[in-house]
Amino acid sequence: MAYSDKVLDHYNNPRNVGSLDKSSASVGTGMVGAPECGDVMKLQIRVNDVSGIIEEAKFKTFGCGSAIASSSLATEWLKGKTVDEALEIKNTDIVNELSLPPVKIHCSVLAEDAIKAAIGDYRAKQSKQAPAAAQTPAQAVA
Amino acid sequence: MCIRNSDGNKTYMKLPIYFDNHATTRVDPRVVTAMLPYFTEHYGNAASRNHEFGWEAEQAVDKARKQIADLIGATSKEIIFTSGATESNNLAIKGVAEMYAEKGNHIITEVTEHKAVLDTCKKLEKNGFRITYLPVMGDGLIDLEMLKEAITDKTILVSIMYANNELGVIQPIREIGKICRERGVLFHTDGVQAVGKVPVNVNADNIDLLSLSAHKMYGPKGVGALYVRRKGPRVQITAQIDGGGHERGMRSGTLNVPGIVGLGEACELCNKEMAEETVRLSALRDRLRAKLEAGLDEVFINGSMEHRLPHNLNMSFAYVEGESLLMGINDIAVSSGSACTSATLEPSYVLKALGVGDDVAHSSIRFGLGRFNTEEEVDYVANKLIDVVVKLRELSPLYEMAKEGIDLSTVSWSHD
Repeated sequence: MAYSDKVLDHYNNPRNVGSLDKSSASVGTGMVGAPECGDVMKLQIRVNDVSGIIEEAKFKTFGCGSAIASSSLATEWLKGKTVDEALEIKNTDIVNELSLPPVKIHCSVLAEDAIKAAIGDYRAKQSKQAPAAAQTPAQAVA
Repeated sequence: MCIRNSDGNKTYMKLPIYFDNHATTRVDPRVVTAMLPYFTEHYGNAASRNHEFGWEAEQAVDKARKQIADLIGATSKEIIFTSGATESNNLAIKGVAEMYAEKGNHIITEVTEHKAVLDTCKKLEKNGFRITYLPVMGDGLIDLEMLKEAITDKTILVSIMYANNELGVIQPIREIGKICRERGVLFHTDGVQAVGKVPVNVNADNIDLLSLSAHKMYGPKGVGALYVRRKGPRVQITAQIDGGGHERGMRSGTLNVPGIVGLGEACELCNKEMAEETVRLSALRDRLRAKLEAGLDEVFINGSMEHRLPHNLNMSFAYVEGESLLMGINDIAVSSGSACTSATLEPSYVLKALGVGDDVAHSSIRFGLGRFNTEEEVDYVANKLIDVVVKLRELSPLYEMAKEGIDLSTVSWSHD
């Protein structure tokens, strides 16, 4: 299969690879997918508790080139956005940006899921710190 | 590009490197030379009995029949030309099923067969035949006791491949043939990956029908053969293509004379050079394996190493997905068992049949070495692969978790 130049670029030069301290209250971790399905994405955000802006985003992905590119792109887009803005990122935006073929759309869905899971985890941690706030279910996997 | 070989001499290695010789092989230039006159000079129809052009073509076909027969210990009259092994498998299995339908309706095969056998059996199943798909053990071999137990008085055919196209694992063909002979059941084997690579003898191995293909042994695509035993027992098959009654009525259609000449020449070359080639290729394969195992942790061999083709290596690189691995080694042609590289988006059914788990299948690479590969290429492939696996493991959340001591099998994953 021929990959788009953007997928190749993210594969060859993945942005924001790494891990953040998942025990930190400012960090949200999302892990989606499963090894037997052939893709697992771990996406982490570090949020400024005052401004609500995502200051750092990191990823690690086990998966095909499109999965790596989708999560790499997601980290680029997340940085500088508020948590609410980040929730606006749709998988179709990723599909368009990377010119993903139909068989690779699930990679973009996974990236969107990872964003939502990371934000969900962050919000759950925040609400635990401030018990008065509404409870948000944690979506992150162990 | 220019690299230095182990003696420090400058050599030129051409990229990309072809390590996918189970898919197809480069045609040996000597085979091409043998074929060429049959396109433009001796272009007669081998069925033309009344002129020189026809006689020349027929002579060439007869010579090729002998070259093929000699490679597998058969006689010329037992070789039926086809368009390739898919057709040979179809003709053998459907031809026997139709011919012996009155005797019984049960056929035994195995789960790791090529689709040309599996889908042929599935078609017969729809037409009232009963098919037993034998499982394989963890090393890819079938259990002979299970085969014995599966044979009933309704069994007319056992079809078990000689060597597997993904794993290179060689089945105990001689023993299978012996069991079939004792029980009065015909034995067909898909010999595509084995013929020309390891010694195959239809008499010693008790084979009644054998499929082979030219393009897997440095011959041209689009031509193959089916061996059909004529004595002890005399095997009959019902033709699946009707027409001019070529190939003693078993396979009509004008013979592909240049292709057949190429197949014959390819067989003769394999016959002459097999012993030497086996030593050379198994040394290259072992070198590749040793380098990969020295350079990386957590790499696993899939299938038996002991019962294996000399030029095959099938390895899983844990925590790295196969398609992303192939992307990183895009100047090297290999195959992966990963779902992302298959048309069906399912991981390799052959690897799954070993019971290794889908994650191992997703991480697998099949290396198929061949006649034209060199030690320089092996070293280049090993080094490149090690670099890419290391890089992808840096990217892999699974590798990170494993290094933290987390047992991945205990994690509850989210499934979409």
